[in-house]
Amino acid sequence: MSQTSEPKKKKMSLNKRQNLTGWAFLTPATLMIAVMSFWPMIQAFILSFQKGKGNNLRFAGIDNYVRMFQDKVFMQSLGNTFFYLIIQVPIMLILALILAQMLNNKNLRCKGLFRTAIFLPCATSLVSYAIIFRSLFGVDGFINSVLIKLGILNTGYNFLGNAGSAKAVIIIALIWRWTGYNMVFYLSGLQNIEYSVYEAAKIDGANPIQTFFKITVPLLKPTILLTAIMSTNGTLQLFDESFNLTKGGPSNATITMSHYIYNISFKYVPNFGYAAAMSFLIFILVAILAFIQMKVGDKRD
Amino acid sequence: MTKTKRANALMYVVLIIVSLISVFPIYWMLIAATNKSVDVTRGKLLPGTAFFDNWKALFAQSPVQEAMLNSFKYAILLTICALVICSLAGYGFEIYHDKGKDAVMSVLLLAMMVPFVATMIPLFRMFSDAGLLNSALGFILPTISTPFLIMMFRQSARSFPHDIIEAARIDGLNEVQIFFRMFIPTMRSTYAAAMTITFMNAWNNYLWPKVIMLDESSITMPMLVANLTEGYVTDYGVLMLAVLLCSLPTIIIFFVLQKSFAEGITGAVK
Repeated sequence: MSQTSEPKKKKMSLNKRQNLTGWAFLTPATLMIAVMSFWPMIQAFILSFQKGKGNNLRFAGIDNYVRMFQDKVFMQSLGNTFFYLIIQVPIMLILALILAQMLNNKNLRCKGLFRTAIFLPCATSLVSYAIIFRSLFGVDGFINSVLIKLGILNTGYNFLGNAGSAKAVIIIALIWRWTGYNMVFYLSGLQNIEYSVYEAAKIDGANPIQTFFKITVPLLKPTILLTAIMSTNGTLQLFDESFNLTKGGPSNATITMSHYIYNISFKYVPNFGYAAAMSFLIFILVAILAFIQMKVGDKRD
Repeated sequence: MTKTKRANALMYVVLIIVSLISVFPIYWMLIAATNKSVDVTRGKLLPGTAFFDNWKALFAQSPVQEAMLNSFKYAILLTICALVICSLAGYGFEIYHDKGKDAVMSVLLLAMMVPFVATMIPLFRMFSDAGLLNSALGFILPTISTPFLIMMFRQSARSFPHDIIEAARIDGLNEVQIFFRMFIPTMRSTYAAAMTITFMNAWNNYLWPKVIMLDESSITMPMLVANLTEGYVTDYGVLMLAVLLCSLPTIIIFFVLQKSFAEGITGAVK
């Protein structure tokens, strides 16, 4: 920039230059998201109207979308995913809220120890914890050997070989892995609430249950909304647990949508068009559920 | 008074039980890694002496060193690149914000809703055309820029005093210098949190490497662990040692940076 220009003009161009610097700073990240997220999303949409094996694709209208709803395994995976969503997410979030309120108690001893312990499962990778739970609940696994020793069972029960118990194991594993994670969100949310509010409630004679429903839940509402949206999003995309813990079995009883899409794309003869159509349905479901949750979350204000 | 005492006692009981349940599977994994498979299935809960036998067996049957090295290579590379690109963007969105940039940011946030399985197939085709299969670049590109990280840095840039920027400008520093010499050193804790989150996500990522790492020599630790369960007979001692090796880096980071990890996952909320 020339030093001789008039002050006003100089300021204008300085602003402009800073503005351009701002754009330059955010361009690489924006471009990468556009190329790695939005562009593939558009391609997946186009792909979802195409048919054929591997790379020999031709347009087929809405055939893939029609086929999806006649595909028993896909409908099973859709049902399973929603089953996990409806059972696991509420249990986990309520448990996380209760634990957060307990740990927020000023007089609690060993607070750090409890927090670390409950938060620790987050440090294990998804594959690791899926395999740990697979081993714990195996026919010759730890849970069975304890149950036999206690005389509850005579021989090992095949937890992962029965549809009902296999689903239960996935839900238990999910709650184990993610409760601490959500609890940390609530704990940091609770730190923004003046502790004196709790003390005042105590003086007024409120019991812990009243405090929980009258203070904790209403004040943490934005955080609860955020965790609900994140958990919903995560559950709709569940893959590792189904893939490594139960391998989708027995006979697809626990398979998730992402797992089935993976199988269609990479395990069998690849059918990218059909897989893209199914993945697009997940996208629509994520968007609809996030929208509903935001509406519900807004209303009660 | 006795009522409060009973409620208090109940609280401790609940917290102790929940803590034990949280820690137990990890404890069991550690114990199993030191025992023979037979003892593990018998329900043994004390350390054994088979650690080195398990170690030898694991290294003999799987390319552990290679997978470990790959995992470190991919995760470290991704963490460095993502931190630079996303912090620049977060800073740019906040410090120079105007209507146009705010609009771009809200469009980027939509990317949070895009499920990975939906972009996975087009990305796979794109990367295989570009010859990026089995490569570190292929691993890092899809998650090099995430709305989550950008938002985290944007939030932290909000607390970066404008006076510092003005003063630095008067001192003759240009905008890029201000970012590198003023912003980065001040925001060390945000960078630590972002680093923890990014490294852990990169290390734990399973689906994407499974899709693009087709050569045995480019597999990651989570892939190696998952492959061990493919056979009909499972050696629990060997398997749990592999799980232990796969979890060790993230568990160490968890204990060292626990505070910034917690800040990191909640950082985008505040």
